[in-house]
Amino acid sequence: MAVMTMRDALNLALREELARDGNVFLMGEEVAEYQGAYKVTRGLLETFGPKRVIDTPITELGFAGLGVGAAMVGLRPIVEFMTLNFSILATDQIINSAAKMLYMSGGQFKIPIVFRGPGGSAYQVSSQHSQALESWYAYFPGLKVVMPSTPADAKGLLKSAIRDDDPVIFIEQERMYNMKGEVPEDENFTIPLGVAEIKRAGTDATIVARSLMVPVALKAAEELARDGLSCEVIDPRTIRPLDINAIVESVKKTNRVVIAEESHPFAGVGAEISAEINERAFDYLDAPVKRVSGADVPMPYAKNLERMAIPDVEQVIAAVREVSYL
Amino acid sequence: MATQVVMPKLSPTMEEGQLSRWLKKEGDKVSMGEPLAEIDTDKATMEMQALADGVLRKILINEGESAPLGQPIAIIGEPDEDISALLTAGNGKPPQASPAPSGPSGKAAETAPAELSREASDSNKTSETSVPAKQRDVAQQPPRDDGRQLISPIAARMAADAGVNLKSMQGSGPGGRIVKRDVEAAMAEKPASSTAALRLRVGLTQPTEKSAVYGPSGYRDEPLSEMRRTIARRLVTSLGPVPHFFLTSEIDMDRAADMRRAINELSPDIKLSINDIVIKVAAAALIQHPQVNASFQDKTIRYYEHADIGVAVATENGLITPVVRAADTKSLLEITGEVRELAERARARKLKPEEYTGATFSISNLGMFGIDEFTAVINPPEGAILAVGAMTPSPVVKENQIVIRETMRVTMSCDHRVVDGAIGAQFLRTFKQIMENPLYVFLG
Repeated sequence: MAVMTMRDALNLALREELARDGNVFLMGEEVAEYQGAYKVTRGLLETFGPKRVIDTPITELGFAGLGVGAAMVGLRPIVEFMTLNFSILATDQIINSAAKMLYMSGGQFKIPIVFRGPGGSAYQVSSQHSQALESWYAYFPGLKVVMPSTPADAKGLLKSAIRDDDPVIFIEQERMYNMKGEVPEDENFTIPLGVAEIKRAGTDATIVARSLMVPVALKAAEELARDGLSCEVIDPRTIRPLDINAIVESVKKTNRVVIAEESHPFAGVGAEISAEINERAFDYLDAPVKRVSGADVPMPYAKNLERMAIPDVEQVIAAVREVSYL
Repeated sequence: MATQVVMPKLSPTMEEGQLSRWLKKEGDKVSMGEPLAEIDTDKATMEMQALADGVLRKILINEGESAPLGQPIAIIGEPDEDISALLTAGNGKPPQASPAPSGPSGKAAETAPAELSREASDSNKTSETSVPAKQRDVAQQPPRDDGRQLISPIAARMAADAGVNLKSMQGSGPGGRIVKRDVEAAMAEKPASSTAALRLRVGLTQPTEKSAVYGPSGYRDEPLSEMRRTIARRLVTSLGPVPHFFLTSEIDMDRAADMRRAINELSPDIKLSINDIVIKVAAAALIQHPQVNASFQDKTIRYYEHADIGVAVATENGLITPVVRAADTKSLLEITGEVRELAERARARKLKPEEYTGATFSISNLGMFGIDEFTAVINPPEGAILAVGAMTPSPVVKENQIVIRETMRVTMSCDHRVVDGAIGAQFLRTFKQIMENPLYVFLG
């Protein structure tokens, strides 16, 4: 084990997979010479050369389509979007080509591609650059959506995503690139997609959190423990396929659920999880499922308003107390 | 805008309310949903919520004073608002002629901002939940007044598994919702003395699914026959709205008294009374005589599936009859526990309206006052009531010998529109037979 940042854990996963499989290649804006807008791809051009690590023009739709074509003929592209916000331009290739090609070709063309980059809120980059788009991509059958919350998860999940034969949207959190944690250095370390992890075990309430909200939920659980309330924090890690069984098992134990998410509430992933819990564990609920979501407004630029738009520890604590009737 | 707070309708039979206690002073800030005052209704003391935000500007009736439904009792407004118009408009006078004594008081309800309306508190709650969860004192919200009991799914499941009776439970969640911790508390409260545990210990098993009947009894309505209609019409004209007649029987209570003694010796936790046995026996007899477990409904006679027994309880404020639901399906131990609990809350004026209405038959016992026999007045629309006298040693002729036996006299008042003399007599004969051989109740 080595302690490293999530940025370096992602870099390590890319490096190991580029080395392991000659069909893997990386492309995106500034990924090579500039070593990545967020330095996730640092040193990769030097190691693997310009045929494997490719700078693209500022043409998201174009290079996403290039990636889909490359995947169709047997390569395993990793496409970096400088931020997931720019993937909006590439959605026709992602949704209409990557997600559907296996189905529409009657199984002839698998698309083993990873679209990755930072998503969610950053620091004062305002409405157009602070979006949590996971519910968009999770909506479409044919796409997998992954959101790590620790450096170790980032490494293990990215390696699995690269090895997966389906298109995977891999959403990193810009605020978490510098988060440090222990990461297995073993090249064979992977974390399977579609498996949730209990980040903290508890008995009185379940907090379902992903990405940026996992550390928030853990902090809330820690503070609530001082009041004698034992919270279980569960991180699905993969949004699609969703490990709903793990969530339902936790709910059966605690009877109370708070879903913390950075994204907008309406038609979000939290709404989907809430509906699943309602269908599968209704008889175990002691209180309505409670969501704590980002504000239902475009992200404000002003620092004070931005802080209010992102769920914090206090809001999660208040929600847990509410479902616990305290 | 300033609004008048008017006396709300807090029980189905309420016509006026007495202001027991103001929970806010003039000048206090109040917000929608907050408890404003405690009101004594005809049956219980209930909390009244504010249905407007602002400041309690003026209190119009003092603690201890009464007001009819719809009469303004306070004014809520902005701190500096001119409320003189409201003061002169509704100073101590109801906005309408006094509400009709029964039936929906439509006008009063429409103009009453303090009506304890579910819609209002619901919408209030919805808007609150979108606010980043401020801690709310959920237990402060009064129970729903539409008779529905709110239970969280897991609480309902746990209660069903553990055989906990939710009917008389007051929930601690929003709107009185019964939540997991309420059921856990109820389960923790009585493991040692719970009727379920006792039942196992003394081997008085009863199928649990039977005890799961807690709501008001189901029923079927049968149209009145021509003859029945004529009997009803003629008897009413001669004897008043409910034509009573009375049947008395003397019952040998030796075996019932022995049985009670023997059961009470099983455990110091069991305090079975003769009246508990009377309830159980009456319920068993009613199921055998469904014509008595019935009520007159103007155009139909309603026959009930279960014996929901109203038990007259004297309180310092007067008579109230909490109801033991489906007593025919309950064991003696369940009945004794339930009666004691209902009576305690009746004396504390904490019964909910659905707990003292809707019986199918009633029992009034004045034995503890040494009354040998008396007649009781039927509680409409029930078809009959049983008046129970004291158990006393009396000389009785048995096999041509005069012997001393414990005897008890019961008098049944019957509504002649529903129960004819012979029907009532047959019921009473069954009641007497079971009472004199009370082990029968363990067969049912």
